Amino acid sequence: MKSEEYNELVKKVSPKSPILKDTLFAFLIGGTICTIGQLLYTIYYEVAKLSVTDAKTYVSITLILLSALLTGIGIYDKIAKIGGAGTLVPITGFANAMVSPALEFKAEGFVLGLGTKIFAIAGPVIVYGTTASVIYGIIYYFISKFTV
Amino acid sequence: MDYIKAFVIGGLFCAIGQIFIDKTKLTPAKILVGYVVAGVILSAFGIYEHIADFAGAGASVPLTGFGHTLATSVKEAVDQHGFLGAFTGGLSGTAGGITAAIVFGTAVALIFKPHKK
Repeated sequence: MKSEEYNELVKKVSPKSPILKDTLFAFLIGGTICTIGQLLYTIYYEVAKLSVTDAKTYVSITLILLSALLTGIGIYDKIAKIGGAGTLVPITGFANAMVSPALEFKAEGFVLGLGTKIFAIAGPVIVYGTTASVIYGIIYYFISKFTV
Repeated sequence: MDYIKAFVIGGLFCAIGQIFIDKTKLTPAKILVGYVVAGVILSAFGIYEHIADFAGAGASVPLTGFGHTLATSVKEAVDQHGFLGAFTGGLSGTAGGITAAIVFGTAVALIFKPHKK
């Protein structure tokens, strides 16, 4: 194939607008991270014979550890430039959102730099997630108590 | 087959997030908050359970899965401990992930050097 033909083909196959390209990469990279999660689950549940809940928790912990390490050596942020939401939405993005600012603001001190900034994004997620769960819990309590 | 389901559904959750990033002015923090709260709400209405049964890690790895864990843990805790469960369930069920993120995050931040952006 000649180089012009190749360029023509690339143009034809590659998505036209940036949003299409961004979304495609988010899909591929996010999907890959979830597939790694599924592989880890198979190992913990079927090979290590853990319970469903324990296996799921270990999957989260493992992905968080991998993400923290990859963020530490600067690779996760490089993948994030291509992956966009594909690296943000999975639990690894949550871990990255903690490690990245903690690392960056370490210079401002271990307490007010690292200790504060580690929750810059994770803080709001935990605040609203926990609040939503308590509201659900209270509603569920009254519904299950008064309907038999 | 489980891997394909996890890939496609997990990928779709991320693709939706990307559309939010490109089409709205929502910051990553707001998107993550939205995903977790959406996960709690979808679980409360019994919808996320079906997605989780079908997609496995494709539903548990995205942050909506974090919301799902919060909701299912609260429900279990209320069944066991009554009203108190509403306050203890959510964070108990997600303690492993949150603690891992805090501890590994702190360790990595202490050990490694910041990168130039």
